[in-house]
Order: sequence, then structure tokens, then C-alpha cells
Amino acid sequence: MTTLPLSLTVNGHHHELEVDTRVTLLDLLRERLELTGTKKGCDRGQCGACTVLVDGKRINSCLALAVSHDGAEVLTIEGVAHGEELHPVQAAFIAHDGFQCGFCTPGQIMSTLGLIAEGQAGADPERIREGLSGNICRCAAYGGIVEAVLEAQQQLARTDRRTAA
Amino acid sequence: MRDFDFVRPATISEAIAAAAGPGSAYLAGGTNLLDLMKGGITAPERIVDITRLPELNRIETLDDGGLRIGALVRNADLAHDPAFAKAYPAVAEALLSGASAQLRNAATVGGNLLQRTRCSYFYDTASACNRREPGSGCSALGGENRLHAILGWSDACIATHPSDFCVPLVALDAVVEIEGKQGRRHVTLEEFHRLPGDTPQRETVLEPGELIVAVRLPAEAASFAAHARYLKVRERTSYAFAVVSAAVALVVDGGKIRGARLALGGVAAKPWRARSAEAALLGADADEASFVRAADVALADASPSGDNAFKIELARRIVVRALISAKAGTPERIPALPASPFSSIPGVRHDA
Ligand SMILES: Cc1cc2nc3c(=O)[nH]c(=O)nc-3n(C[C@H](O)[C@H](O)[C@H](O)COP(=O)(O)OP(=O)(O)OC[C@H]3O[C@@H](n4cnc5c(N)ncnc54)[C@H](O)[C@@H]3O)c2cc1C
Ligand code: SF4
Ligand code: FES
Ligand code: FES
Repeated sequence: MTTLPLSLTVNGHHHELEVDTRVTLLDLLRERLELTGTKKGCDRGQCGACTVLVDGKRINSCLALAVSHDGAEVLTIEGVAHGEELHPVQAAFIAHDGFQCGFCTPGQIMSTLGLIAEGQAGADPERIREGLSGNICRCAAYGGIVEAVLEAQQQLARTDRRTAA
Repeated sequence: MRDFDFVRPATISEAIAAAAGPGSAYLAGGTNLLDLMKGGITAPERIVDITRLPELNRIETLDDGGLRIGALVRNADLAHDPAFAKAYPAVAEALLSGASAQLRNAATVGGNLLQRTRCSYFYDTASACNRREPGSGCSALGGENRLHAILGWSDACIATHPSDFCVPLVALDAVVEIEGKQGRRHVTLEEFHRLPGDTPQRETVLEPGELIVAVRLPAEAASFAAHARYLKVRERTSYAFAVVSAAVALVVDGGKIRGARLALGGVAAKPWRARSAEAALLGADADEASFVRAADVALADASPSGDNAFKIELARRIVVRALISAKAGTPERIPALPASPFSSIPGVRHDA
């Protein structure tokens, strides 16, 4: 077994680790750091359940070698809420019945955060659908998600204006 | 997954030296390499992580007006670069039609060129596959082969190249910049991928250890910006590989075609430049009759490799439709469903 040192900041916490070169970022999060909110669905880039933000960008953590992300800053679903206070995206998902099963929802929320940060979708439902098409569930119960994303974007824009003012 | 060494070179020459031995593989975004390693289709002994090579993540305009895109530029970053999308709209549209946002954020320019076929027998290590294991046979012949090649295939292999990005690139005369122990060389993308012949395992002209450092687009490629489209038919409207796709770029003047570029995806083991169809378009009236003639010329040599004769007719129609769309003009903004023939044509929006 070949191991290498790896430093990683996950949800604001710094980690210095020694990891097997074969370990994916997904397995590291789940098995080593015991952050099991990030889900392993297909393990092959096809379902989006493992979506996390790395240096602010959403990627599939199942197709990322952990050692290749030395020094990275990772945000997982566990780091999204502020204590008991939900992130506007989480709140909007609840308000619009956008929550899916426990397997799909964390990836959907992380993917939505990525989508909003990318700033490409705006208020266009079709762009939101396309932007979230990397998150696939088996039951296709995506009903409330578009409304949730639209509301979360407005909520975040209001907050931005308040902080700017 | 087999154990492997992992090295992270700081310079291009270190990378090339590190990858010189047999069993080495470069790692860029990892979105194809890791997938193949997990499936046991490939098992490198040494992984050379090139993601930190600083010189390779730039987009530069060259003195002659051409563009040089570093091999490590992420697919999403390139597609969302406003100047790039304006000058090479069909390339941006193709990039945004590929994979998902998560994958495009990780996938790189070099890795996209070198992604392996999606033939399901290639992925299934229990099946015979000449591409994966030379001389073992081809399970796709006589197998489940609706999606296989209709052009340039051989009895040794009928797989297709899955890239979207490469299709408009080959139409626009892109050049691959390669560095190896012998120094730097340039190969047109058209010559970069090989047809299967008797050696389907040799997919490109890259020699072992050679590194793609950049992809270049000549200055002329931007002259097509006003009439350039990529159209992709897939089994669902997003997040799927092409069944057939077409990249079209025109220069139209006074109703006549003064410049024409055409390439097809999903039809062969390489992005397929349709040069004879381009010749048929030059000087012709920019109307549907010319487009139908060009489509016939483009598919004249096509033949089914199995249950896929429908792809020949589909490809013809996609070529005609792509030409109609390109003539109508490049849209201001890439459609919400990039490259989908359903998003740009009134009346057939799938979710209206
Ligand atoms: C679920 C799924 C859906 C997808 N859908 C699409 C789609 O619709 N359209 C599409 O076009 N693609 C699609 N892809 C493929 C995706 O675009 C590729 O996996 C990606 O482009 C590969 O880039 P990468 O940087 O991750 O390459 P890696 O996985 O890092 O590398 C791929 C190969 O290229 C080699 N390599 C990488 N960079 C270099 C270099 N600079 N020089 C020499 N060798 C190099 C590696 O050694 C490896 O052999 C999909 C992938 C997945 C998993
Ligand atoms: S078509 Fe090519 S890749 Fe597919 S099984 Fe046959 S030899 Fe292998
Ligand atoms: S677990 Fe990573 S995409 Fe499915
Ligand atoms: S919500 Fe998880 S499978 Fe449909």
C-alpha cells in the first residue's frame, strides 16, 4: 500500500492526514472523516449523490483522487447550515417540498449551491433543470426543486443587498 | 484498484520524465481515468498528477490571432469564458452539452481529447474486446450495437469516440500541441485520433509518455462565429452521450455559402470531418436543397456495423438541421439545453 501525506480543509476544519493513494475524496470524507452526509450512489460519476464543493466548485467526489486535492478546501453538506440555522437553499428545499430521499438530497443541495455560485442559470427554469441534471434519482421526484432554487436565489440576492448596504 | 505510485511533477519536463516508463498514466481531472481504474479496464502502476503544472491552465491569444488553450483548462471554465464563447460559439455549445456541470468543472481540455470509448463491451472486462485486449475479438460485433459506428469502422472494432468538444474542434482545424522526450510537435486534431483498422488499441498518434500541452485554434476559426452550431441527439435531452451530433460552421454572403465546415460525432472512432460535404456546400445557395445534398455526400460512405442503420438516416437529418440552424445564425446566448435540437426550434420544446 502506498500512502502519502495530505492536508485538507473540510467545512473549515483543517486536517493533516496520511492516505492510501487509491482513496477517493468521497471515501476519505465518509470513511476517514466520518462525514457520511455525502453519499455514495453509483461511485462512477453518473448520479451526483457525492457532489461536494472543492475550492468553491461542485465536483463528483467519487471521481476525485484524494491525494490529487492536497491543500484543497472542501465543503460538504455538514458544513452548509450555520448551527441550527438552515442555509437559505435548505430552507427553500423544505418550503417547496424539494427534499428527496436521504440519498439524493445532500447531493442536490450541494449541486444547487454550485449552480448558484456559477451564476449561469438566473431565473430560467430550463437552465436550472439543465444545471442540476448531473443529479439523478431513481424515482425522478424532482417536482419542487426548481421553485426551491428560484426562491433560494432571491433570498440570497436579498441578503447580499443587505450586507452590501 | 491496484496499488500505484503517485507523483506530482512541478514542471512539464519532470512530468514527461516521470511518465516515460511503461504503465504510467497522466492524471488530469480524473473523470475518465478513475472510472476506468475502478472498472479494472486500466491499471496504471504510476500516476503522474499533472494538475499542478502551472503553464498548462492558460487561454492565450497568439500573435497571428489564433488561440492557444492549455491542456489543463477546465471544460466549464473554457465554455463560460465570454470571449471564447463569442469567437467559437459551436465549441462552447459542444462543451456545455457534454456530461454534467460537476464533471465539466473537473474535466480538462487534454483529458476530453483522450477519453476512451463508451462501448459497453470495452467497459465489461468479461467481454472480448480488441481495443482493451488486442486479439481477443470484438463482442460488439453481433452484440448490442445500436450505438456503434457507421463510418470508418473495421472488423476489429466498431466503437465510436464519445467526445462532444472534439467535433467542432476538428471542423475548425484545431491543432494539438504535444510534448515528449524528443521535444514539441504539432498534429492536427483530424490526424490525432486513429481509425481502428487492425490495431484499435492504438487510438491516437501519441507515443508513450507524450503529454498534450495545448490545443490551438487558428485565427480563421473565429470567422465562422456568426453561423456556427453544434447539434446533439441523445437518448434524453441532457447528461447523456451523443447518439449522433454535428458541428457546422458557415460563412454566408448574399445567400451563397462562402465558407463551410462540417464534422460529425458519435459516428466513428474519431471526430469525423466531412470534407467532401464541405466541398459540396462551397459556392452553393444557402438553402435546404443544398443542405440535403451535402448531408447525402457526408453520409455517402456510411454503412451499418450492426443494428444501427437508423443512425445513417439520423445523421443525415441532423446535418440538415444543423445547417439550417447555422444559416439562421448563431444565437445570442447558448440555449438552456445546449446543442439540443429541441430547445431552439419553436413548437417542439420538450417541457413547454
Ligand atoms: C457520467 C459521465 C458522462 C459523460 N458525458 C460526456 C458527454 O456527454 N460528452 C463528452 O464529451 N464527455 C462526457 N464525459 C467524459 C468526460 O468529458 C471526460 O471524462 C473528461 O473530459 C476527461 O477529462 P479529465 O481531465 O477528467 O481526464 P482524465 O480522466 O484525467 O484523463 C483521461 C485520459 O487522458 C489522459 N490525459 C489527461 N490529460 C492529458 C494530457 N494533458 N496529456 C496526455 N494525456 C492526458 C489520461 O492519462 C487518461 O488516459 C462523461 C463522463 C462521465 C463520467
Ligand atoms: S467495438 Fe471496439 S471497443 Fe467495443 S468491444 Fe469491439 S473492439 Fe472493443
Ligand atoms: S457517487 Fe459520485 S456521481 Fe454517483
Ligand atoms: S429521491 Fe432518492 S431515489 Fe429518488
